[in-house]
Amino acid sequence: MDLLPIVFLVLMGAAVLAYVVLDGYDLGVGMLMPAASDEEQSVMVASIGPFWDANETWLVLGIGILLSAFPAAHGMVLGALYLPVVAMLIGLMLRGVAFELRVKALGWHRELWNWLFWAGSFAASFFQGVMLGRYITGFEPGFFYWTFALLVGASLCGGYVLLGATWLILKTEGALQAKAVAWARWGLLWVALGVLLVSLATPLISQTVRDKWFDFPRTFALLVLPAATLALGAWLWITTGRMKRGDASHDWRPFAAAVGIFTLAFLGLAYSIYPYVVIDRLTAWEAAAHPSALKVLLLGAAVVLPFIVFYTALSYRIFRGKAKAGLYD
Amino acid sequence: MDDALFLARAQFGLNIGFHILFPTLTIALAWFLLGFRVLYQRTRDPAWLATYKLWLKIFALSFAMGVVSGVVMSFQFGTNWPRYMTTVGAIAGPLLAYEVLTAFFLEATFLGVMLFGMNRVPDWVHITATAIVAFGTTVSAFWILALNSWMHTPTGHVTDAGQVIAGDWLQVIFNPSFPYRLAHVLIASGLTASFVVAGLSAWRLIHAVSDASAAKTLRAGLLVAAGLIPLQIVVGDLHGLNTLKHQPAKIAAMEAIWKTERGAPLVLFAIPNEEKRRNDFAIELPYGASLVLTHKLKGELKGIDAFEPDRPAVAPLFFGFRIMVGIGVLMLLVSWSGVWMTRKGRALPHWMLWVLAGFTFSGWIATLAGWIVTEVGRQPWLVTGMLRTRDAVGDISGAQLGASLTGYILTYSTLLAAYFVVLTHMAGKGAATDPPASSHAATVAPIARAGG
Repeated sequence: MDLLPIVFLVLMGAAVLAYVVLDGYDLGVGMLMPAASDEEQSVMVASIGPFWDANETWLVLGIGILLSAFPAAHGMVLGALYLPVVAMLIGLMLRGVAFELRVKALGWHRELWNWLFWAGSFAASFFQGVMLGRYITGFEPGFFYWTFALLVGASLCGGYVLLGATWLILKTEGALQAKAVAWARWGLLWVALGVLLVSLATPLISQTVRDKWFDFPRTFALLVLPAATLALGAWLWITTGRMKRGDASHDWRPFAAAVGIFTLAFLGLAYSIYPYVVIDRLTAWEAAAHPSALKVLLLGAAVVLPFIVFYTALSYRIFRGKAKAGLYD
Repeated sequence: MDDALFLARAQFGLNIGFHILFPTLTIALAWFLLGFRVLYQRTRDPAWLATYKLWLKIFALSFAMGVVSGVVMSFQFGTNWPRYMTTVGAIAGPLLAYEVLTAFFLEATFLGVMLFGMNRVPDWVHITATAIVAFGTTVSAFWILALNSWMHTPTGHVTDAGQVIAGDWLQVIFNPSFPYRLAHVLIASGLTASFVVAGLSAWRLIHAVSDASAAKTLRAGLLVAAGLIPLQIVVGDLHGLNTLKHQPAKIAAMEAIWKTERGAPLVLFAIPNEEKRRNDFAIELPYGASLVLTHKLKGELKGIDAFEPDRPAVAPLFFGFRIMVGIGVLMLLVSWSGVWMTRKGRALPHWMLWVLAGFTFSGWIATLAGWIVTEVGRQPWLVTGMLRTRDAVGDISGAQLGASLTGYILTYSTLLAAYFVVLTHMAGKGAATDPPASSHAATVAPIARAGG
């Protein structure tokens, strides 16, 4: 068995997970903006300002790996997801430039870009979820499948709100942090509902997924995933409950729990789909690029990725601690 | 099918045309920022700090515009040209991935430190971060132009089971047109940035005559422009000769030479007539084209007739080339006279400030014109001799393409309008709101007034 395509499946998965968690928190902060005052908004944007651009680069890397390691799948996936992809991209564009324009524009323009920052964050999140929903159902047409995709879109928004709120718990203090605690709890309920619905619906929709999860006795081993997710959810609820009562000492815990929930949900999805790149149609081996290309790519990734991880960590270290308003002034 | 091809091209062209503006500006602007930052470090002159801070904001906005439109590009390769990746993906994929790995992360991460880290990290770390961002933007140009040049003049590849793969990566990267194209584009970036720097500084001086920071910045922009433009003329000429050798059809279309002949005239102006395959209203310089391109009066030049039917449309190349060269000549005039007029600290006359302000975005127009010449000039090929553009198009329906094209047009015009408004506003406001710079401007104001 040729291992190279699997290596790239893992690399692509890692890039996508990194993207979802990292851009997830800054998209989540973007969606929470209307719930905050002007002064709080300034702190919120300051908490993500130094990071959002690098966060988004993980999406380019994920798509880059899909494009270069699985070229046949790239055309098929992005062709089938065409309209949600365009909607997501327009959302990302508007919010990306809004970081700069919401402070540099004047008068009603400023209000417009503030609004577009929220709307763009929301559209990007929602349509990423729609893309995921369409992807895991193998792009099946029909009302039922589209409803499912919209449901996943709404769930992912909840997930990003949870990430964004827990990020704010970590990076802010005082009244804003207290607000973020409340947002995080709402986000958690939203996510719980979403994860539950998606977990129940996916096996119903796809035979492939059903066979994988309901294969006794393997099913019992697999129960570790939902059990751990549940435990992390409970932990998140308890720590935010403590914070609500005024104990702000473990401000990193909610974010860690949210990242954990995302990682587990991602592993569950990865297990459902493996070894397909396009479910039921293209396996990693069928979609893989020429071995010569994969070897060159692997060399580059192996040499450069450690550096990327290193200087990303460096940047988080430089901007550690609580965010302050006025970063963009 | 033809509709889908047209829409796919229109959409991709619109997107690249929008995207190319911002990297073209930010690649060289990053090096300008490094210069401003180092100048401030060495002189501790608040004017340079004010300059650095203002241009950092302009850079941040321009960079964000480039990032968001660049993300769209990574998706459009697959959506608009799926056969491109399945045919030459083994070459294009690694080059694009290397760009992401070696440049994008570097730029994006250190941009944060550069933008927001000045008061958080030691000076040397901040200067290093600025240098890394500049280096990253240039590395990014290296990879993307290696791939683009390979599509024009492919070498170093072999075919294995119907797939084009790299035989020798060094030959793939350093293909015949790459060194010329890379040099031409990087200098174009330098010119674009220096005219934006000079032009917006002129705009600031029009609004506040005594702004010391703006005067210094303007002079810096002029000097860089004046130094680069002769270099660009030489490199552009070499690039043209390289194109004549490898893509003669492109040259024939640029010069609107319809028939192969010895002693071909240089067509100064004409309306190329595609139907009758000749020029209307031509103003020609006898033997000119042969002299310029072969350096012989009676040198033979292949006309468009030698390449039928695989040849590009003539009019976009003919006019695009003339716009680019025309702007280049004007850039030479403006930058050299500007440097002369500002010698020994003299202030520019008001009319010259307006000329420079008018030339702010001249680099963009020249770049777009040049980009159209080179890309349309490669048609009908997507990869010369290997893959035709019409064979690479996907099966996205015309309706979906049309809807998304509308969305992109609306988004891009909004972004561009906002960009211009904010830029003009920032430049107009200038450093006047910056405390150290305004106090500095106040102290030099009487001197400037006395001098003027």
